[in-house]
Amino acid sequence: MSAILYEQARIRLSGDRALLVEYGEGIDPAVNEKVRTMTAFLKQNLPDGVEAVVPGYRSLSILYDPLATDPATLAKILHALEADIRAGSPAEAKIVPIPVCYGGEFGPDIGVVAEHTGLREQEIIVLHSSVDYRIYMIGFTPGFCYLGGLERRLWTPRRKTPRANLPAGSVGLAESQTGVYPVDSPGGWQIIGRTPLRLFAPHRESPFLYEAGDRIRFVPVDKLEFDRLYKTEWS
Amino acid sequence: MELFAVRNPGSMTTVQDLGRPAFLDRGVPFSGALDPFACRIANLLVGNPEEAAVLEITVTGPALAALAPADIALTGADMGMTVNGRPVSRWRTHKVEPGDLIRISRALQGCRAYLAVTGGIDVPPVMGSRATFVRAKIGGVAGRGLIKGDTLHRGAGDLLRRPRTLPSRWIPSYPQEIVLRAIPGPQDEFFREGIGDFFRASFQVTQQIDRMGCRLRGPAVRRDAGSPESIVTEPTMPGNVQVPADGQPIILLVEQTSGGYAKIATVITVDLPGVAQAVPGNTVRFERVTLKTAHDLYRERQRRLQQIRKHLDEKCAADGGGV
Repeated sequence: MSAILYEQARIRLSGDRALLVEYGEGIDPAVNEKVRTMTAFLKQNLPDGVEAVVPGYRSLSILYDPLATDPATLAKILHALEADIRAGSPAEAKIVPIPVCYGGEFGPDIGVVAEHTGLREQEIIVLHSSVDYRIYMIGFTPGFCYLGGLERRLWTPRRKTPRANLPAGSVGLAESQTGVYPVDSPGGWQIIGRTPLRLFAPHRESPFLYEAGDRIRFVPVDKLEFDRLYKTEWS
Repeated sequence: MELFAVRNPGSMTTVQDLGRPAFLDRGVPFSGALDPFACRIANLLVGNPEEAAVLEITVTGPALAALAPADIALTGADMGMTVNGRPVSRWRTHKVEPGDLIRISRALQGCRAYLAVTGGIDVPPVMGSRATFVRAKIGGVAGRGLIKGDTLHRGAGDLLRRPRTLPSRWIPSYPQEIVLRAIPGPQDEFFREGIGDFFRASFQVTQQIDRMGCRLRGPAVRRDAGSPESIVTEPTMPGNVQVPADGQPIILLVEQTSGGYAKIATVITVDLPGVAQAVPGNTVRFERVTLKTAHDLYRERQRRLQQIRKHLDEKCAADGGGV
């Protein structure tokens, strides 16, 4: 998919309480950066009647109270804001290190990836942990990141039969995608490791470690370090 | 205080309130009562704030032994309720005393009923809400549906002096043939040729209905030639009617935050309770409305709630208090 950044946002209705605001086409860092910038701006200056701003790959959704505002008013605000930020540069994205213990009991499919790609286990670990992955969007389950930037040499098809239950923290890849399962869930990705971090901690003061637009950096750790971190995170 | 001992949980009973919209951007869905109108009225009847936690009862109701005095009210789907074997009406309050046994039976019409209690069901709020979200194991009782042996608590609240009833003119009905008003979009341009048929067609509600979505079966909705099968994943809203590759529509509900299929139309807010009350075998038709109509109906619904609030408060004042 080739990237196109729109001259001006295209605004669609998503029912009677939400707008879908599109900034470009395809899966592309420049389009997603625009989404990140607009989201940050809107959250800092939440227009009257807006209840939530939810960023996606190339668009954001604005949830509003129909008793307090309307799409025409919001469209005006959105276009003005967009013109405003064209000159300014957005704040730096946060880089969030995520320790991962690769292979062994935590990465049962690393052998499958090795076989498919012709890479050695150590090469897989180096390639997977040498990229800062952009969080394009969070969705599907709490804290689940749609990441971009997986090294092409690592692309491996998903499993023929999905696993019924993957433990929270499982790190996997499938085709061009990679990511972490923040909560126990079924899944068909090839699992190559696990993070000891709690990516969704509902009772922590801030339940999440990142937001859309941030970068994730996987940092290889050994079993000893995994156990130590796991104990502090999950006890 | 301890309010109910759960003798039998029913087919799926969860604690719900008006949901958790503050973390949509982190993949945490709204959750909350699927039929917020029935939920709000149950709370108003027993004298609670509308956002107090209630039990959402799906298809077949629970058996609950009362451990403390409380006023209770059942709204939503037509489930029979008995207290110590004596049938009692829905959409009105009943006093229960320790030792009373409440049984709620199978829905004759509709799918989900709401049981409100004085002071609300008291469970610890998680991320600003008491709503149960089972897939992430948060909210409600240990993040799951009720099981036999659970004890439910209630919050503090005054008992009513006299029972309160919702006037019958305001009680919604749950027909087998459901008409859902919808606004085209957000991706109606993928269906320029098929959208006319979509609004004329009649669909069946399948067995695949849950709090994530309601799958329909009917004449396949046709995408225009050249429109892609899937789209770049984007945030979704309750009411979005998603059309996957097979053309069988799915109405997305409160436990979904994103999706990768085009949405032909979106059910308007005031008609979402109709989806919550749909059971397999019901028929669904979509009726096209404008945004203006949707917003007029939304304001009318808010006025209706205001009227109900006022009516019940006046009754209460006439009875000499109770709030």
